[in-house]
Amino acid sequence: MSPAALTIVLLAAGTYLLKAAGPVLLGGDRQLPPRLERLTLLLPAPLLAALVATSTFVADRAWTIDARAAGLLAAAVALWFRLPFVVVVLAAAGATALTRALL
Amino acid sequence: MTSEATIRAAIWRQSLSIALAVVPFGVAFGVVVRQGDMSVLDAVGFSALVFTGSAQFAAASVLADGGTVITAVVSGLLLNLRSLAFGLVMAPALRGPLWWRALVSQLMIDETTAVGSAQKERRWQRYGYLVSGLVLFTMWNLSTLAGATILGEAESLITTAGIDATIPAAFLALLWPRLEDPEHRLVALVGAGIAVLSAPVVPAGTPVILAGLAVLVLRPWRRSPDPVADDGVGAGGGEGASVDRDDDGGPDLNLEGAT
Repeated sequence: MSPAALTIVLLAAGTYLLKAAGPVLLGGDRQLPPRLERLTLLLPAPLLAALVATSTFVADRAWTIDARAAGLLAAAVALWFRLPFVVVVLAAAGATALTRALL
Repeated sequence: MTSEATIRAAIWRQSLSIALAVVPFGVAFGVVVRQGDMSVLDAVGFSALVFTGSAQFAAASVLADGGTVITAVVSGLLLNLRSLAFGLVMAPALRGPLWWRALVSQLMIDETTAVGSAQKERRWQRYGYLVSGLVLFTMWNLSTLAGATILGEAESLITTAGIDATIPAAFLALLWPRLEDPEHRLVALVGAGIAVLSAPVVPAGTPVILAGLAVLVLRPWRRSPDPVADDGVGAGGGEGASVDRDDDGGPDLNLEGAT
């Protein structure tokens, strides 16, 4: 099994258990303790921020600044103006391509 | 009085507009997978079997960066812990035979929980969950397939056209709606800092997992989630904590789960 296929199987199984625990096992009368629920809802923010940061400023386990930083900036501007996702992505790609062409 | 037809139409409208918003994410995901030297089948496998966008993006990009299977799976699962909370929210509306509950649980994502829990009556919560789930599942997989087959082939185009920069852009778009909340902003900033600082010294993919530690700055072991109210943590403060549910909110904020 390729690493990708193994990742898919394990991640899908784990994710499914999390999704189904409420409806299948608990039948609808339980709640997470508030502090635990709060944690589960807070976690995505630092993880997604980490993905933004590392996919822009880290390459081969070293810090780096390249044209992708310009792309990220353009994406942030597009998001700030509440533009649709397509525009966000095109802005990021365009700014990166332009920066590469100029440098 | 709201007639049944009006409610039904409103639910379909919500579901279709969310599904439309999610299409570019699906396309982007297909491209990310192909860029990471994975197959079209892998792309669709992620979207059909995992069916939670942020975790799919995370796992695929960890693999693409040379991270291990375990690292990819753990970072995806940490992002998905919230599915547990969604499942508990939706469970009362999803009563039925065991096989049926087991089947519809796969549709448990931010968007379906949002559409479902936005309805007032149990039966409409169930209807909203199912309609949005089926529409999103279809669109998410079709758009992934489109991204993986059409755009994924264009290897040389990727760096010259800056397509590689769409990955951080997609993550930022997923993060953005959460940043309206000060607590989320704080943990996001700390998480990004942890990840970047640790990147040179830990294996690929693990900085993202370490970033999860950022939630500790909010001292989650406290009784109340209110950061102002409880600096002096009263001993018998009770369990009065109100649950922070603002980040899986309305359709307009939801680029998240099917994503």
